[in-house]
Amino acid sequence: MIRINNFIIPLFSLIIFCLLWELLVWYNNWPNYKMASPSDLWPAFWKFKHLFLIYGWETFWRTVVGLILSVLVGLSLGILMGFSKTIRIGLYPILVGFNAIPKATVVPVIALIFVGMHNMNTIIIVILISFFPICVSISIGLSTLEREYEDILLSLGANKFEIFYKIALPKTLPEFFGALKVSTTLAFIGTNLMEIIEPHGKGLGHLFDSGKISADYPLMFAVLITLAIMGIFLYYIVVYLENIFAGWAIRK
Amino acid sequence: MHINIEKVSHQYETKQGMLPVLKDLSLSIKRKGFTAIVGPSGCGKSTITRLVSGLIKPTQGSIFISNKKITSPLSTVGMAFQNPVLLEWRNVIKNIILPLEIVSKNMTYNQKISNALDLLKLVGLEEFENNLPSELSGGMKQRVSLCRSLVHSPEVLILDEPFAALDAFTKEDLWDVMHKLKKERDFTCILITHDLREAVYLADQVIVLSGRPASLQYDVKTNFNEEKKISDLYSSEVSQLLATLRNQIEIAQNKND
Repeated sequence: MIRINNFIIPLFSLIIFCLLWELLVWYNNWPNYKMASPSDLWPAFWKFKHLFLIYGWETFWRTVVGLILSVLVGLSLGILMGFSKTIRIGLYPILVGFNAIPKATVVPVIALIFVGMHNMNTIIIVILISFFPICVSISIGLSTLEREYEDILLSLGANKFEIFYKIALPKTLPEFFGALKVSTTLAFIGTNLMEIIEPHGKGLGHLFDSGKISADYPLMFAVLITLAIMGIFLYYIVVYLENIFAGWAIRK
Repeated sequence: MHINIEKVSHQYETKQGMLPVLKDLSLSIKRKGFTAIVGPSGCGKSTITRLVSGLIKPTQGSIFISNKKITSPLSTVGMAFQNPVLLEWRNVIKNIILPLEIVSKNMTYNQKISNALDLLKLVGLEEFENNLPSELSGGMKQRVSLCRSLVHSPEVLILDEPFAALDAFTKEDLWDVMHKLKKERDFTCILITHDLREAVYLADQVIVLSGRPASLQYDVKTNFNEEKKISDLYSSEVSQLLATLRNQIEIAQNKND
């Protein structure tokens, strides 16, 4: 019953959302070059279904690869910063400053450094935009471990590594998954920034750009909705992993 | 194992300079003895537990367990704190075997589990072996924490106010659990506490520390009965003892002012 509810309730809220959207456009009598309505989306989607499949896959795999790499980068930096106060105070200003830079301005720089390597450029932007929440949450989780948790192992003569993988790491997992959820949605922003600002003729970002050029508003909206669906899909994969690895922290 | 604390002084570095917490503290705890240490808040009682367990080194003086000077943590020591610090992602039985994973790496998994189950039965929680800590009450968590501190059969058990956060009746239950564990496993025990009744009921020796920097102020044997019962706490003999101890605490507090 709970499983069915977990599926039915979100579906129901989605349907209501689409109905309200349709109603808003219909009530204001907006033409679809002002605001497309849900009923316009399916024809637009169907017309370009092959492109959606090809470009959608391209955007998707780059996002996933970028996300996996940003987990690796975020974890390593977070672990270093969590255990060494010197590294932490040394790296924080740089990381915060870097994160404050709008990533749209980094896109041309990256595109110039690695001219023509579209996949790599996109993945680099994804990493740059997604690693920060993971890095911060891991470093905070590790550096705020209560002394008693360490004491129970230290008093038995355990080494730093044993404390890390028996206590610190599992204890930080809930924070890690919280950050990963934020990073997952950020990752799509990263892929599309690259695809839209520096068009390579690839990915959903490019399809969006084509829609813009040909003033095909329903197509643009269909791209956005596809991105939203992919984002939701990836988010629930993270939720699934969270249930397996950090299910103990979830209140029933 | 007997424990000797010889002329130990200890100070911490703080933003306001050095803070001396222990000064020339000497005391000895006999083998298989149960010693309670009481004293005003912040007088350095917890520092003693960290010193005896080898987590920190004293600024001056030495601590000996069975005539061997402590320089680093020993696997023959078990610890339990006011906060039960159970690992929330492990169920009860896997929490208890944690020390064995560090000190008895060659022991088989089944052997570890069976050691843990023996203890769990002693504290009356055998039905809860597969529960997560979040499903237990405060008293139950503390029982699990006691099991964990004893699973590797330590010769010295250090208790840092393990019952302080419990309600009065749960506390008394756990005192009896403690009596049972002491009888079955026979270890040398140091108990830090603020509760004089607890000190008198559990320990055979009660030590009152002076205010900070703490040194030994008062030392008394509390073997008023072979087998102590809760009702003994209401006898006139024990009331007298409690009054004396209370008076000593007051003297210690005044030193602090």
